[in-house]
Amino acid sequence: MGDLSKGRAWSQMPSQAFKDYRSTQKRAPTQAPVKLDGGWDRSISLSPVWPKTGEHDANLTANGRINGDPIGERIIVEGRILDDKGRPVPNALIEIWQANAAGRYVHREEIHPAPIDPNFLGAGRCISDADGYYRFITIKPGSYPWGNHRNAWRPAHIHFSIFGAGLAQRLVTQMYFPGDPTLPYDPIFNSTTDAAIRNRMVSRFSMEDTVPQWAHCYKFDIVVAGAYATPFEEGHSHG
Amino acid sequence: MADKTLSNAMDINDRGGKHPFEYEDGQRVEASFGVTPSQTVGPFFAYGLTPGAYGYPLKDIHSSNLTGADRGKTTITLEGQVFDGDGASVHDALVEIIQADETGCYADSPRNDGFSGYGRCGTGSNGPAEHGGDTRFSFVTIKPGSTGNGAAPFLTMIVTMRGLLNHCITRVYFEEDDLSSDPVLAQVPENRLHTLVARNVGTGRYRFDIHMQGENETVFFDL
Ligand SMILES: [Fe+3]
Repeated sequence: MGDLSKGRAWSQMPSQAFKDYRSTQKRAPTQAPVKLDGGWDRSISLSPVWPKTGEHDANLTANGRINGDPIGERIIVEGRILDDKGRPVPNALIEIWQANAAGRYVHREEIHPAPIDPNFLGAGRCISDADGYYRFITIKPGSYPWGNHRNAWRPAHIHFSIFGAGLAQRLVTQMYFPGDPTLPYDPIFNSTTDAAIRNRMVSRFSMEDTVPQWAHCYKFDIVVAGAYATPFEEGHSHG
Repeated sequence: MADKTLSNAMDINDRGGKHPFEYEDGQRVEASFGVTPSQTVGPFFAYGLTPGAYGYPLKDIHSSNLTGADRGKTTITLEGQVFDGDGASVHDALVEIIQADETGCYADSPRNDGFSGYGRCGTGSNGPAEHGGDTRFSFVTIKPGSTGNGAAPFLTMIVTMRGLLNHCITRVYFEEDDLSSDPVLAQVPENRLHTLVARNVGTGRYRFDIHMQGENETVFFDL
């Protein structure tokens, strides 16, 4: 059996029902997840096979281009995927999506009346290298309003989806920007109530990695849970 | 707009102009080392995570078809809906599945038959309700075989959506199988077992609904 001390660190995650984020009221499960004492199989520790990503997949200033450069502040977002012991997680799939510089998503149900940028889709992906490193080039997203409460604004953020080694290393999170004045007012960011834990989601401006005459750099390391050991299994190595 | 349904809702949580949270200058607190907290996937993941099914101009990493090749009769369809605490179906949930092939082998290295072992589907992918969309997720796949150790055939499902701060992990079993010796089902309270079993609705189709709350709240696992 796998090492069952692994898995999600619930004590460091937001609680499912966080009342200030109103959509949780009807969507958060009310029962505690069932804790398993063995019985799992290899699916807890294996990664699906990721297809090769495309040439411009990690460059959001290029992959949505139609007839010019996207508008806004070009930035580099880079960092490492690590496990909870600080070890690099290679071959993790990292996918991002975000609003454009005006705070507008391309999604067809988006209704915020800010301009669409014809040269910016706002989605990209890459796979972490042997040192767990990843890198995106994108446009700094704008803040946008939402309907959670009166005068609700999401701080500028980039959505991240991580898939590392197996179910234990699945993570969906958001990256924020340092010094954003709307952070104290955002119930999604503040659903993690401990400031030292919450601030793991705030990227760091890096002057050293900023490219002269070209782009600011924000560093964002992402820490996922430790992978489960692969349970013993007769046969069935793989097909 | 993350939540249209609330855009006219009033000010239960009115925060305008007030300092909302007990913040104590929280932005200056140094981040500690540890796992990055989970956040909601939000309503707009589709153009990044499931672009093909929604018609966005980005190539899919993986789609809702896991088969990779024409397997004829062995193909099954797994479909269902996600329901919230009011019994309303959710049109912006992301459903992912991971499963073994018909012999119980996982696809953790590239395979000649193209079977991916992993798929994704958004519940808004067949269009908004006003255009006939019905908030269904639907996967084309093969029925998995047992992965050994008494396990009944199953597939793992990961569910996340706007309004959910941590993704949920469940398992889908099949009603025609012998579920009596499965080591995971043995740890599930008997009165909730039915929430993990897909109904065989004929001609290779299975129905599996997810209930986030209520009497039939789906069993999720602590993984
Ligand atoms: Fe967002």
